[in-house]
Amino acid sequence: MAERNGAGDRTAGDRAGRNLPPLSLYVPEPHFRPGDQADFSGFDIPAADAAPRPDETSAAGDMRDMAYGLVRVLDEGGNAVGAWNPNLPPETLLKMLRAMALTRAFDERMFRAQRQGKTSFYMKCTGEEAVAVAAAMALDRDDMCFPSYRQQGLLIARDWSIVDMMNQIYSNKADRMRGRQLPIMYSVREAGFFSISGNLTTQYPQAVGWAMASAARGDTRIAATWCGEGSTAEGDFHSACTFASVYRAPVILNVVNNQWAISSFSGFAGAEATTFAARAVGYGIAGLRIDGNDALAVYAATRWAADRARSNAGPTLIEHFTYRVEGHSTSDDPGQYRSADEGSHWPLGDPIARLKQHCIGLGIWDEERHAAMDAELASMVKDAAREAEKNGILGHGMHQPFETMFEDVFEEMPWHLKEQLQQAIDEKKAAGL
Amino acid sequence: MAEVVSEVVPGAGTETVGPGDAKQMNMIQAINSALDVMMGRDPDVVVMGEDVGFFGGVFRATAGLQAKYGKNRVFDTPITECGIIGVAVGMGAYGLRPVPEIQFADYIYPALDQLVSEAARLRYRSAGEFIAPMTVRSPFGGGIFGGQTHSQSPEGIFTHVSGIKTVIPSTPYDAKGLLIAAIEDNDPTLFFEPKRIYNGPFDGHYDRPAKSWAGHADAQVPEGYYRIPLGKARTVREGEALTILCYGTMVHVVASTVAEADIDAEIIDLRTLVPLDIEAIEASVRKTGRCLIVHEATRTGGFGAELSALVQERCFHHLEAPIERVTGFDTPYPHSLEWAYFPGPIRIREAMAKILKD
Repeated sequence: MAERNGAGDRTAGDRAGRNLPPLSLYVPEPHFRPGDQADFSGFDIPAADAAPRPDETSAAGDMRDMAYGLVRVLDEGGNAVGAWNPNLPPETLLKMLRAMALTRAFDERMFRAQRQGKTSFYMKCTGEEAVAVAAAMALDRDDMCFPSYRQQGLLIARDWSIVDMMNQIYSNKADRMRGRQLPIMYSVREAGFFSISGNLTTQYPQAVGWAMASAARGDTRIAATWCGEGSTAEGDFHSACTFASVYRAPVILNVVNNQWAISSFSGFAGAEATTFAARAVGYGIAGLRIDGNDALAVYAATRWAADRARSNAGPTLIEHFTYRVEGHSTSDDPGQYRSADEGSHWPLGDPIARLKQHCIGLGIWDEERHAAMDAELASMVKDAAREAEKNGILGHGMHQPFETMFEDVFEEMPWHLKEQLQQAIDEKKAAGL
Repeated sequence: MAEVVSEVVPGAGTETVGPGDAKQMNMIQAINSALDVMMGRDPDVVVMGEDVGFFGGVFRATAGLQAKYGKNRVFDTPITECGIIGVAVGMGAYGLRPVPEIQFADYIYPALDQLVSEAARLRYRSAGEFIAPMTVRSPFGGGIFGGQTHSQSPEGIFTHVSGIKTVIPSTPYDAKGLLIAAIEDNDPTLFFEPKRIYNGPFDGHYDRPAKSWAGHADAQVPEGYYRIPLGKARTVREGEALTILCYGTMVHVVASTVAEADIDAEIIDLRTLVPLDIEAIEASVRKTGRCLIVHEATRTGGFGAELSALVQERCFHHLEAPIERVTGFDTPYPHSLEWAYFPGPIRIREAMAKILKD
C-alpha cells in the first residue's frame, strides 16, 4: 500500500475524545448559475456624488475609505455630478464616445471573423470599453501602457491603425509580429503599448520597473498597467505592489474587476472577503474603487492617479468595477457556467449607453447622430477588415517566410539555430516540398 | 558601446594583455571590477538585488558600487525574485541595461516565469520591438556546505529555454571578461558564478587546505575594460588521450585530477553553454576519439546529456569508447553527505580509466 502523508485517514472515532467541532472547508460559489434569474437588487451602489475626492498628494493612509467606496460621476439620469466630475469639453466627450463605439464595432467584426474561420482566437471587451478608452485619454500619449489582453481600447483611443491590429489578428504577411503571437497579443512601441504576454500579470512588475527607470532618469513619463481581478492572485501582482510601494514608483496599477476569470467568479480571487482596491491598503499605496462602466469616473480617477504619480506622490491602484458581458474568449461558452441574464441585469449599465445619454443630456449629441456614427464605424471596420484580408488570413498559406521562425530568438542567430533552419530546409526539399 | 576594444582570449597560463595594469584579483573582485567598469562606461547599466546596495552583497560582489554610482543605479530590492526579474524586464524596456543579482541560484525559481516566458521571449514575440538586455548574476554550485537550498546547479533548466544565454566562468580573468560581454549583449543572459571558487581554485580534495587565487596566472586581471566573447570555449590543457568537457568549479577539479593521474587529457572549459562552442568540442573529440563530460548538476536531462548527444551526432566515427558523464547524482544536494555527492576526483579518475581501458 502506498505511503501517505499526514492524517488524511483520521476517522470520526479518532476525533471523538477531543471536544472540538470538525473543521469545514469553505469553497466559494457564485450567486447565479445557468438557469438562475440574476438579481442584483441587494447590490449596494453609492450615489454618484457620494465619493469625496482627496487631494492627489494625500497620504495613502488618509484615504483608505476610497478603497471600499465607489467613485462615480454619471448618475442614473446621465448627469455628471460630484467632486470627481472631470468637466470635460464636448470634443473630448465625443472623441471618447467614438473610440468606445469603435472598440465595440471592432470587436463585433473580429469576433465574426473568428467564427468565419479567418483566425484562431479572439477576445472581446464588451462592457469594458470605458476602462481602456477613458484611461488612454486621461494619460499622456507617451505614457507607457503595460496592458493585459482586454485593453484593445487603449490602441483605438490612441488612434492606432485598426488595419494593423487586424493584420496581427490574422497573423498575415503584414503582421508586424510576424505571425508569432496569438491573435490580439499586440505590441505597438510607437503607441506606448507594451507587448502583451498571455501569461497573467507578468506585465505588472514590468510596468513598475519601467516606471522606476523613468523616475531614476528624471523623466516625466509614467507607466500604467492592467490585470483582471482573477489574476491579482498571481505572485507577480504582489511583487509589483511591493516594488511600487517601496520605491514610490510613478505607476498606475489597474485591476479590471469584470467579475469573471473564464468560469471562475471573483470570489476565487478573494472578492467575498474584501474589495480588490483594498489590496492597496496593505501595501500603503493609494487605492481607488471606481465604477468601471462610467467613462467619466475612469477618466477622472486615471487623471488623479497620473497627477499623483507625476508629482512623485507614488503609485495608485484602481479597481475598475465592471462586468464581462461576453465570454472570456471565443473558446468558451459562458452559458455553461453563469446565468445568461447577468449582463442585462448588471446594475451599472453599459458604458457606451451611459456616456451617450450624458452627451445627449448636454445637448451635444442625439440619437440620430449616434446611429449614423455606429453605421459609419461598422462600415469603417468592414473596410479595414477587407483591407487586412488582402494581406491574408490565418491558415491560408504561409504568410511569413519559413526562416523567420528562427529569427529574433537572439539578436544574432547562433549556430544551432542556423543548423536547425538548414535541416528543416533540407527535409522539405527531400520531401519534395 | 561605440568604442572599439580588442578582444583578448588567453588560454590558461598565458599572460594577460589588456588595457590597464593587471592586478591580482579573486573572482569576486574581478566581478566587482567588471560591474564597476561597465557602470562607468554605460550610464544605462543598473545593479539591483537583495542586499546588493549599501551592504554590497552577501558575497561582496557589489561592494562599493552604490557609494560610487548612487542609489538610483545600485539598489537593494524586496525579497521577491519574481519582482526583481519582472522589474528588470520593465527597466530594459525603458532602455536601461539591468544587472540583477539573484542571491543564490537556488532562489531563482520564483523568477522562472519572468525569465522563461518574458525575458527570453520578448524579442521574439514583439519581433524586436522590445528586448530584454539584462544579465542575471547568480552564485551557484555546491562545495560550501550550503545544503539543498544553497548548492544547486540549475543551468540545465535554462539551457533548455530558447532565447536565454548561459555563461559560467571558471577564473577571475574569465569572470570579468565574460561578465562585461554579457552586460553588453542585447539578449538576456544568465551568469552563474561558481561560488566554491570565488576565493580560490578548488582541486576537489575537500580535506586539503583551501587555496586562494594568489599567484594563479588567471587571477591576474586587467583593471580596465576587456571582453571575452560569449560562445568561445577555452582549452585549459591540450592533450591527446581524451577530451574532457567541463565548466565552472569542475574545471579545476578536472585539471587537478588529470595532473594527479598523469593522463594526457585535453580539458575544455566551455565558458558559455548557450551559445556553445561546438567547433572547439568537435575538433578536440575528433583528435582524441574519447570524451568525458563533467558537471556538478544532476544527471538526467542535465547539460551533459546535450553535450553527449552532440558529440555522438558529430563525432561518432571518431569515437573509440562510449562517452562518459560524471555528474551530481539525481538526488537533492545533501548537507552532511556533501562530499559523497560532489563529483570529485575519485569519480573523475574512475571515468577516465573506463574510457581509456581499451
